[in-house]
Amino acid sequence: MMQVPCPHCGPRAQTEFVYERTVDSVVTLDGAPDAAMAALFTRANPRGVDDEIWRHTYGCRAWLVVTRHRVTNAISAVRAVGPETLP
Amino acid sequence: MIRFTFDGKSYQAREGDTLAAALLRNGVGLVGRSFKYHRPRGIMTAGVEEPNALVTVGECGRTEPNTRATDLFVYNGLVARSQNRWPSLRFDIGAAIGLLSRFLPAGFYYKTFFGSARRWIFYEYFIRRAAGLGSAPSNVDPDRFSQRAAFCDLLVVGGGPAGLATALEAAEAGKRVILVEQDSILAPSLIRDPQEQDAVWVDTTARRILAAGGRILTRTTASGYWEHDLVTLTERLAEPGQVPPNGIAQRLWHVRAGQVVLATGSIERPMAFAHNDRPGVMLSQAVRTYVNRFGVVPGQCVVVATNNDDAYRTASALSHAGAVVVAVLDSRPAPAGDGTGFPVVNNAVLISVAGSQHRLRRVTASVDGRTTSWNADLLAVSGGFTPVVHLHMQAGGTLDWTDAAQAFVPARSRQNVITIGGAANPSPAPVVTPVGDARKSFIDFQNDVTLADVDLAWAEGYRSVEHLKRYTTLGMATDQGKLGNMAALGRLAEKQGVSIPEAGLTTFRPPYTPVTMGLLAGAGAADGGAHIRRIALYDLHSAKAPIWQPLGYWFRPRTYPKGSETLLQAALREAKTVRTNVGMTDVSTLAKFEVTGPDAAALLEIICATTVAKLAVGRGRYTFMLREDGFVFDDGTVWRLADNRYLLTSSTGGADRMATHISYVRNYLCPQMRVSVVNVQEHYAGIAVAGPNAHAVLTALIGTEPPRHMSTMAASIAGVPVIILAASYSGERAFEIYVEASSAAALWLACETEVNRRDGCCYGLEAMEYLRIEKGHLVVGGEIDGRLTPQDLALDKMLNKAGGYIGASGLSRPGLLAPGRRQLVGLEAVSGTIPEGSMLVTGDNQMPQGHVTAAAFRILDGGSIALAQLTDGFARSGEDLIATSPTRGQQARVRVVAPHFYDPDGVRYRD
Repeated sequence: MMQVPCPHCGPRAQTEFVYERTVDSVVTLDGAPDAAMAALFTRANPRGVDDEIWRHTYGCRAWLVVTRHRVTNAISAVRAVGPETLP
Repeated sequence: MIRFTFDGKSYQAREGDTLAAALLRNGVGLVGRSFKYHRPRGIMTAGVEEPNALVTVGECGRTEPNTRATDLFVYNGLVARSQNRWPSLRFDIGAAIGLLSRFLPAGFYYKTFFGSARRWIFYEYFIRRAAGLGSAPSNVDPDRFSQRAAFCDLLVVGGGPAGLATALEAAEAGKRVILVEQDSILAPSLIRDPQEQDAVWVDTTARRILAAGGRILTRTTASGYWEHDLVTLTERLAEPGQVPPNGIAQRLWHVRAGQVVLATGSIERPMAFAHNDRPGVMLSQAVRTYVNRFGVVPGQCVVVATNNDDAYRTASALSHAGAVVVAVLDSRPAPAGDGTGFPVVNNAVLISVAGSQHRLRRVTASVDGRTTSWNADLLAVSGGFTPVVHLHMQAGGTLDWTDAAQAFVPARSRQNVITIGGAANPSPAPVVTPVGDARKSFIDFQNDVTLADVDLAWAEGYRSVEHLKRYTTLGMATDQGKLGNMAALGRLAEKQGVSIPEAGLTTFRPPYTPVTMGLLAGAGAADGGAHIRRIALYDLHSAKAPIWQPLGYWFRPRTYPKGSETLLQAALREAKTVRTNVGMTDVSTLAKFEVTGPDAAALLEIICATTVAKLAVGRGRYTFMLREDGFVFDDGTVWRLADNRYLLTSSTGGADRMATHISYVRNYLCPQMRVSVVNVQEHYAGIAVAGPNAHAVLTALIGTEPPRHMSTMAASIAGVPVIILAASYSGERAFEIYVEASSAAALWLACETEVNRRDGCCYGLEAMEYLRIEKGHLVVGGEIDGRLTPQDLALDKMLNKAGGYIGASGLSRPGLLAPGRRQLVGLEAVSGTIPEGSMLVTGDNQMPQGHVTAAAFRILDGGSIALAQLTDGFARSGEDLIATSPTRGQQARVRVVAPHFYDPDGVRYRD
């Protein structure tokens, strides 16, 4: 079980979080159909570092972008996303 | 004095004995039969690596099969039984299989897959009867299992001298320390091999660790090393089969450690020679443990066979205990063993042993190429030492090979873990090439894998160590190859003509030793571990003794039977009352979201596939939501309560998914929007009033004209503020009344008074199902199963023409509009009753062309009807099909019709 450093709550057990999807799988609202299907069905799936969307569902409920190495599980960065993080 | 029974016979044991020690003390040599060939087996080791001495302990729900007799401390009243034998351990019918062993080679099981199915069925019967270890108990375990989380700066695994010294230093330096030892005592190796650090040193060290705030857990195994230095510990609070003193049998610890030190030591390796699995062949250190720790001398006339210096300590221990060491067979040339005073035979390699199923008689070895024999009742073997690297490898580490010890030792790790002591520095022990009959030279004792099986796998083309493992089942038993894997790797490397590290290694996976399932389930074992969430009106419903039905996290009344009514009778009465008069039901669990702000409509038009912005204040509409790939995943209603304030409802079962979806859209996709979404699912309780007289009930309740169909208004009932949504799921004129959950009872009672005054009734989910099927309304999980598009469900006319909603681009894929898709239809029985969940076929031996999603009947007129998904269903109206359910043995002839059996024009909604 991984330990995810939540920017609001500090290091917490993986069981408090829900993995949602990779950032490159996000279907943007204004994208063309081809781009949407590429995001859904032909993702990069790297054997290495990737940006992923997680949610601290059983904690602060914040949406997070977690930069994780998918072989070693090393987490190199976590940032919160949402209205409060806008400039 | 402790008493226990083994196979029904009573024995005595001493305090602190393992079952293995106690059996040896009582002269019991034969303790089990092997997995495949049912060969007689005795006790081989004194630790968790024991492959042979597996027993079933305990009674009824406390029964634990496959327990290692060497890892079980005897308690008064212990009941142990041998396994894998019938009718008894001494006379085992299955042992005849052993005589057929040349017909049961490696991969036999897979080979039976070839050829005709009939042949496999024939073999399967015998394979399934013959194979297997102990049987799982069928009773419920009466004990509790607890779970606990802990954090520490340093976790030390292994309470031997190295682990204790490390833990002491860290604890006294102010670190939070946890030390775990799988044995019942600390540093058992110091009893086996007395050194300058004696029992007093162990005791003092433990006291100082505790005094410095450290925690010491004995009888606790670090069973798994997971990501980010999380280690799971399994702590035994009672022995297997024992009644736990405080009701808790075991505790599972999740320990997040800053640093982990592994002082796990090493496991002695056996040697490969013919009949090396017989009772009376034991590992050298195990013999020493029985002699020095338990005071049991397992043989009087002993041959020691070794390739290292450690086994001489066993010879000494046996001599001191009064046994006769007739020979020490050392595979190394002179001067190994010189000056020890024992009859050392150099260049000696074991060929075979012989004896009865209880007793060893003879040991035969090759000495400088000549065959020589000795009489002996015990053979103590040491084939070198394998460091316990399991946790290091589970943590994602790498290994180095050491030629001197012929062993892998821990190298690098990506986690904060280091290995110290014997696990990092195994004693030197050179290669011994087996010379005995390979067909009887066992390397995996628990799965009966011999050297010949490895040779066969090689001959049949299995080159990779992973393939070898699966083909021969080597290392796949409950001991996971703790003893045998190195011997197999050695043989494979020899065949390949490469070194052992080049041959490779299989993956180490948790747990290190077997873990009881109850421990993993923990306190959640009962009721599936689900929390019980009660709806606000639970007590009022309970008083009516309804039949309950689980729905989402909750239970809702399925029906309220009166007198001796069956479920069907009660539900039908309730449904008829709704169709002809008025009924009321609890709809509190529906998902509800309040969406407020200048961008509220804009957000809803992204989430919903229908238009929302055009709704007038006080109006509502049906809506549905798509996944990004264009398929419908939920539906509900959306209401404009005020200019910038909307209420969205969706299905109960999909509530969490919808909450996450909306939150994702709002926070990730649209963070710039000025909008607030509040999940009010349990903030409001809801009551639906439906039927031709619902209008009259509402008028009486609010003292004014109720809202017309698909309109909403705020009102007050029984002095409580409510929101009324005029929506109908039943097909009758209906209202959903929402109220703050704390005031739900007052609203329910007020409604019930008015409903009862008109001879109406309460109705449950079953009647609601009949009503909505007849009306042709959809249910999420039934018709909306995530595989149909709005077109397939005939909802496409409602799609927002402007697009912009989630799923719009997915929906534009040409394949989703091509012919051949399943489409929503109605079915009417021509003869018979349409079975729930049946397949739609055109005739015998035809492929299914669809399935029934919901079956019911015409409530007032009778007659079996159903909703279904059918390939190209829209164009097949009037066609006759067969609805068949082979699992229920039922079928009916059906006709395809429109999915609206009742009031297709919706006139009953209007006043």
